[in-house]
Amino acid sequence: MSDIASDVIEIIAKKKRVEKPTVELTDRLDALGLESLDAVEMIFDLEEKFDIEIPYNANTNNPRTEFGTVGEVVSAIEKIVANKKS
Amino acid sequence: MNRVVVTGLGTISPLGHTTASYWDSVKQGISGIGPITLVSTPEQLTQKVAAEVKNFDPLRHFEERELSTLDRISQFAVVAAREAIIQAGITFDIPLSLRTATIIGTGVGGQTTLDESFRRLYVEKKSRVFPLTIPKVMVNAPASQISMFCGLRGPAFAVASACASATHAIGLAFQMLRSGAVDCAVAGGAEACITFGTLRGWEAMRVMAPDTVRPFSKDRKGMVLGEGAAMLILEPLERARARGATILGEIVGFGMGADAADLTAPDKDGMARAMENALADAKLAPSDIQYVNAHGTGTAANDQTETQALHQVFGAHAGKLGVSSTKSMIGHALGAAGALELVATLMSIRESVMPPTIGYLGRDPACDLDYVPNEARVANIDAALSNSFAFGGLNAVLAVKKFT
Repeated sequence: MSDIASDVIEIIAKKKRVEKPTVELTDRLDALGLESLDAVEMIFDLEEKFDIEIPYNANTNNPRTEFGTVGEVVSAIEKIVANKKS
Repeated sequence: MNRVVVTGLGTISPLGHTTASYWDSVKQGISGIGPITLVSTPEQLTQKVAAEVKNFDPLRHFEERELSTLDRISQFAVVAAREAIIQAGITFDIPLSLRTATIIGTGVGGQTTLDESFRRLYVEKKSRVFPLTIPKVMVNAPASQISMFCGLRGPAFAVASACASATHAIGLAFQMLRSGAVDCAVAGGAEACITFGTLRGWEAMRVMAPDTVRPFSKDRKGMVLGEGAAMLILEPLERARARGATILGEIVGFGMGADAADLTAPDKDGMARAMENALADAKLAPSDIQYVNAHGTGTAANDQTETQALHQVFGAHAGKLGVSSTKSMIGHALGAAGALELVATLMSIRESVMPPTIGYLGRDPACDLDYVPNEARVANIDAALSNSFAFGGLNAVLAVKKFT
């Protein structure tokens, strides 16, 4: 697993609201019980961790549907981080 | 139990510095939203627009030595209170001043002073801040300054319930007048929250619209911050009549409550309970209401939830209501919002004109009521509600009636 993946999993694990010992790349965000404020906090934590900006408006974006799974969040972050380096 | 009437209105808003100019623009559906000018480094902000009070020159209203004691929020508060008192034609002699309440809502207090002071410390690395920083920042400063400038010696304090502050303040004044605890009240709300730090805080919530606010509309993208103040003079009917005052409207009910649920997510049942409480307090049936001045922030969640709450309270009558959001024109002035919106509600009853919800692009299936889209409407209004629902789940609703 990449460093980004383990960091993302660590951040999402802190926000989950269901009893589950580990967070996997295949887990769905809605199944982890993330609510809208959790999503806003998760985005903030991701921005802080990777020093990136994630354009996100809670009125028009819904990470629980736009990102089905934890793995999709990881790929999105990997892309933003790669663009930042290039 | 006294009947409680409104005999004076004072307003300072993104659409004008008097009640007349404010209402005239609201009626015409003019937007007060524009580029942010109050922040010295707007390029560092993601948020580019707000509803600022434009061309406000404090020296037109205050002497320079007075200004060192007044944050922008208190300047707004005192200017609006003076206008309301002049319109009411009241002179506060000592006996009346002792029996006059000053109850002022604010969400965040003297933010301009706080922002400037902390910038000095953290950015400019200065070792001290201005001597009156604390009494300018404190949330009771607007109430205290109105009391001092206008000579009001009765119960005076601030009410803080974020976006419902002014509505709670006016509701409390209404209850004190109805019970006879006081003989007059200056009540309302003030806010001056367009500062770098506050805007950054709102950006972090991820609820701000990048262009403009479009309450209840499809493709709405969130809220826009506003600022300003509105003050009302409230009196028992008998007293107002005895002195021959012009009566601008009657407050007939106040409902409040708390969701005890989520910190920021709106709650349909909490909203509905506050409206039901206001109707019950006013002894009005849902079918007696023609107009609701909605909380209508323009966020996806608020507008959908408020619509559901209106359906719950009004049933089949919901479809007959005119429901509009003044925030579509003046943004969200947090602790002042409820007072600015009550002024619009009282004027709409008085002039039989429902103000519009501007910026409306078309129907969102989740918002299926009549939002008076884009253009004001001539309509007789006998009774109306003004809704305020705050972060923290604190809800307040006022019921007002045409005075007859």
